Amino acid sequence: MNIVVCISNVPDTTTRIKFAEGSSAIDTAGIQWVINPWDELSLTRALELRDDPSSGVKKVTVAHAGPASSEPTIRKALAIGADDAIRVNCTPSDAYYTASQLAAAIGKEGFDIVICGIESSDFNGSAVGGMISEFLGIPSVSSVSGISMENGMPVITREIDGGRESVKVTLPFVAIVQKGIAKEPRIASMRGIMAARTKAVRLYEPVDADCLTEIAGFEKPAPRAACKYVDPDDPGKLIELLQNEAKVI
Amino acid sequence: MSVLVFTENWDGKFKKLSFELVSYAASVAGMMNMKVTAFTIGKAADEELKELGRYGAHRVLSLVSPALEVMDNRTWSKVISDLAAKEGSKIIILSNNMTGKALAPGVAVRLKAGIGSGVSRLPVSTEPFTVYKRAYSGNAFANVVLRSEVKIITLAQNSYEIIERPAGAIPETVDVDVDQSLPATTVTSTHKQTGKILLTDAEVVVSGGRGMKSPDNWEPLVELASLLNGATACSRPVSDEGWRPHEEHTGQTGKIIAPNLYIAVGISGATQHLAGVSSSKYIVAINNDKDAPIFESAQYGIVGDAMKVLPKLVDAVKNLKK
Ligand SMILES: Cc1cc2nc3c(=O)[nH]c(=O)nc-3n(C[C@H](O)[C@H](O)[C@H](O)COP(=O)(O)OP(=O)(O)OC[C@H]3O[C@@H](n4cnc5c(N)ncnc54)[C@H](O)[C@@H]3O)c2cc1C
Repeated sequence: MNIVVCISNVPDTTTRIKFAEGSSAIDTAGIQWVINPWDELSLTRALELRDDPSSGVKKVTVAHAGPASSEPTIRKALAIGADDAIRVNCTPSDAYYTASQLAAAIGKEGFDIVICGIESSDFNGSAVGGMISEFLGIPSVSSVSGISMENGMPVITREIDGGRESVKVTLPFVAIVQKGIAKEPRIASMRGIMAARTKAVRLYEPVDADCLTEIAGFEKPAPRAACKYVDPDDPGKLIELLQNEAKVI
Repeated sequence: MSVLVFTENWDGKFKKLSFELVSYAASVAGMMNMKVTAFTIGKAADEELKELGRYGAHRVLSLVSPALEVMDNRTWSKVISDLAAKEGSKIIILSNNMTGKALAPGVAVRLKAGIGSGVSRLPVSTEPFTVYKRAYSGNAFANVVLRSEVKIITLAQNSYEIIERPAGAIPETVDVDVDQSLPATTVTSTHKQTGKILLTDAEVVVSGGRGMKSPDNWEPLVELASLLNGATACSRPVSDEGWRPHEEHTGQTGKIIAPNLYIAVGISGATQHLAGVSSSKYIVAINNDKDAPIFESAQYGIVGDAMKVLPKLVDAVKNLKK
């Protein structure tokens, strides 16, 4: 059984995002690029399954749609332990375009499970995983917080409002994962880093696909009022402010 | 031509989120000179469905079929796409909650529609159709042009006010044909807590971080939340340590919430934490370090020891209630 993990290349989550007001691109100077946090956790879970002989998972491939400049992030995934990597050589301009590219490439690979994160921390679109499923014409399960294998079939935990449910689904399928899928992201070992050097990133050329949305410009979040401090010995004052000034209680 | 809005139901009932969606749809429809069709999947009582009409839905449908009892992403997406095609709807609105995120992408592919996800305001313009959405996990917002003929918006929870606009819709129950080749998911068991305010629905959230020191110290925090009719939340290390359940973890890799009031107790205010709470209308910080970054995002702050401040806050709220 093979798992494909889709990875997005995003600014490190501590980055203070800079852009000229109204500009349609951010200032990338000095940004550290990382594997999108969700995808890192997806990869971790996929590798845990592969490393457990009873799961039946034999191979983990990472798939990325993006330019050559994102290769270091793909290498990181290989160093963490992915067996193989593919990259569609394109600029991932919107969810529809990106999912078209990934679906076309993944469709040519042999796979049983595709794992995508619930969102990419840059555009927060929450769409690529579900779109890949529809493009490939295979089922998807969203809000997945756990995947395990029982007798060669996936058993999935799906979060629902106020709880969770156990779900079975036919193979192949797309899992769109969130919190809980793995605890700590796996980190690369020295041996992994060395091994990654000799692993090839296989290239796909992009297929014809449309881009349906376009960023007209970024804006900074509305500034917040400065903090009003309340005497720690008189917290009743805070309650009064929340009630009469902010009117939120 | 109508604006189509999907309002899921919870055991046949609607809640504030549903009315926000319909109110938003009615405002968008107003901008476009259109009417609103609201629909739910699965049976809801007529009394409940009529509620949607109070917020501006001209038509209210409940789509039913035994094949729709379990949410299967592709099956439900197809039902929504088919309805949009039948209604000639060019604008489809869903919540940006778990269900909306599960269904919008499938609808988008079937109808070749661009998605504006996590939208928190009315469209900035209708020509070109431009929406305002969260980007970089709350560090920025983007104006996004949806170029496709059909457009999908997923609305951020608690970002749009409820507006009463009685439209007197008469609920219709529609038996839908389901493509039997699609359903692929079966639910084998469900664990659900009832009677608790969901973190994503709560208007007041009291959240604890590592500064709470030990899982044994949570009692006054929980009491404060319950006195304020709120929910409890926590930072990631707290749920990682198992001090609090995972459902409470807010932030970049946890839940994204937008309550009216977020009280952060013993939370430093890391960017990854703020990513999940920065849309809260008011943030209160309680922290013993006056330089903690959380104070930069807070409108009210108390510099002090959580263990001393929390019991006093509890008393103050109790006094208020008397
Ligand atoms: C990829 C990635 C994703 C992440 N996602 C998330 C996420 O989703 N959510 C999240 O929360 N974090 C996330 N983190 C972790 C984040 O970077 C911080 O480590 C975390 O938010 C810190 O939690 P904290 O504020 O509870 O603890 P700390 O940073 O340890 O802060 C504790 C605070 O408590 C205060 N304090 C101590 N004692 C007291 C006292 N007696 N009374 C009052 N105050 C006191 C201290 O002054 C301090 O400010 C993520 C990190 C990474 C790398």
